[in-house]
Amino acid sequence: MKPQSMGQAVLIGLALIYLASLYFMSSPVWMGFTINALIVAVVALAWNITGGFGGMASFGHAAMYGTGAYASAILQVQYGINAWIAFAAGIVAGAAMGAFIGALAFRYGLKGSYFALVTLAFAEVLRICASSFAITGGGSGLQLRLEPGLSTLQFNERAVVYTILLVIVALVMALTAWLKYSRFGAYLIAVRENEDAARALGIDTYRIKVKAMAISGAFAGLAGVLYLQVWLFIDSAVVYGSAVSIEALIGPIIGGAGTVWGPLIGTLGLHLLGEGAKHLLHNAPGLNFVLYAVVLICALRFLPQGLMGLAARIGTFRKKDDDNA
Amino acid sequence: MLEVRNLSKSFGGLKAVSDASLDVPEGGIVGLLGPNGAGKTTCFTMIAGFTKPDHGSVRFNGQDVTGLPPHRICAMGMIRTFQIVQPFAGLTVQENIAVGAYLHHHDRAEAMAVARQVGKRLGMGAMLDRPASSLTIAGRKRLELARALATGAKLLLLDEVMAGLIPSEVSEIVGIIRQIRDEGHTFLMIEHVMQAVMSLAETAYVLNHGKMIAHGTPRELVQDPGVVEAYLGHGAAARLQEGHHA
Ligand SMILES: Nc1ncnc2c1ncn2[C@@H]1O[C@H](COP(=O)(O)OP(=O)(O)O)[C@@H](O)[C@H]1O
Ligand SMILES: [Mg+2]
Repeated sequence: MKPQSMGQAVLIGLALIYLASLYFMSSPVWMGFTINALIVAVVALAWNITGGFGGMASFGHAAMYGTGAYASAILQVQYGINAWIAFAAGIVAGAAMGAFIGALAFRYGLKGSYFALVTLAFAEVLRICASSFAITGGGSGLQLRLEPGLSTLQFNERAVVYTILLVIVALVMALTAWLKYSRFGAYLIAVRENEDAARALGIDTYRIKVKAMAISGAFAGLAGVLYLQVWLFIDSAVVYGSAVSIEALIGPIIGGAGTVWGPLIGTLGLHLLGEGAKHLLHNAPGLNFVLYAVVLICALRFLPQGLMGLAARIGTFRKKDDDNA
Repeated sequence: MLEVRNLSKSFGGLKAVSDASLDVPEGGIVGLLGPNGAGKTTCFTMIAGFTKPDHGSVRFNGQDVTGLPPHRICAMGMIRTFQIVQPFAGLTVQENIAVGAYLHHHDRAEAMAVARQVGKRLGMGAMLDRPASSLTIAGRKRLELARALATGAKLLLLDEVMAGLIPSEVSEIVGIIRQIRDEGHTFLMIEHVMQAVMSLAETAYVLNHGKMIAHGTPRELVQDPGVVEAYLGHGAAARLQEGHHA
């Protein structure tokens, strides 16, 4: 997790200063905006596990995000289950959905754009299902009863919500760092770089890939549940929509796929840019996605390793370890 | 240690390998020769579990491993390397070797220590912290060998580890392979570089058009008319003979 160059230290420092400054700005608008960005950062970190480390670029992380959100909402709204249990169930449901999609796609050896398309198809099918059945609230979605408290995991204070999200993002990043330097992480990178060589070295690549999808699904499910607990309302377009899937992949790609800080930095940067453009251009709807597309194209063209990769080349520290932070 | 019996594999109409059998005794260095396209690599992919043979069987240490997936076969102690070397580009040399070491050492510190030790043994001590993508072709061939060794496998199937190396690099690798063999490993190696085969292999098999056409010591093989024809074309043996008489 440590920066390996002056550039990375500055980049990480800027992100931390921004995040800390919100405690002193007392601006509910900025805090609300950043709360959203942090939820997206969690799903971006989820995408980073499979797309960044494993080289399996999904275009449908909404499938796991939405499943986490819906699982938790159904349990709370339809069955009156305690929010904490529903919270955990949402994570498990996201993991199960990830493992299921992975098991199916990898069983048939899908890779590259075929894998991306299958994940997209799953998210779309789930979106349509969620808008048609009674248990998911059909077209009108599901609304949690407003009931602030620790037992319901609802908090009125924005600063409290913000702090909880910061802690969760930090935890997910710590888990990412730990994964990266574990046997599993090395295997995942090996699978990304050369699957045949990985198989020859005794790696059960199918299992590794499905496991990665399960872990990624758990993180994405977590992000979905966080969205639910913060906004108390979900519907199929909001949690299964392709906007979620796009935001999940664009942050890591801009920030640096396969790095620990990249997804957070990319997501924050993009959201700030989108917000700035919105103010400048008077809220033209959908404009942020046009902007994202332009930034994404530029990043793919000029920053193959994202901002973290670019920053790594600025003022490199004397190296002991060759990894990106 | 390795008994291959009647392996066959067709790709569409093409019989890449037909009825190939071979034996590798424990502690031996056995060569597998043959012109380009003879089916040598295809033999390796079947032995190591990458493709299922149409017919035939592979026994390793007395156990039938035919059709087992590569990772199971590797865990049992047999590993193949690739003709076109493929380092894991995003990792350092040491981390590359550690990917092999992780097979039996689940802890990172332990796997990295094993990797360091194996790397030093193969003369890669100075390169351990370099990105694998920065290695020269000779370095990559060594890395391929180091990764395989780090898995703890006892039988190594090497696919043209000397191809593309200059003579001084070849003799270095020959020395390394001999040293590894003396430490208790067994080799089956596909090789084009005759100098290497002659000095390393005790016995060798020759494959041509998917069929085993000869088996013997390297010295016997270079005098076998069938082998010479396979390499140099039809009638070559006779022409050579005439040359000798003239
Ligand atoms: N996956 C494959 N699909 C179709 N043909 C193949 C495949 N692999 C090898 N071949 C063919 O099988 C023959 C043997 O190839 P190979 O085993 O690579 O030969 P060698 O390693 O002896 O040079 C060649 O004619 C090659 O084109
Ligand atoms: Mg070959």
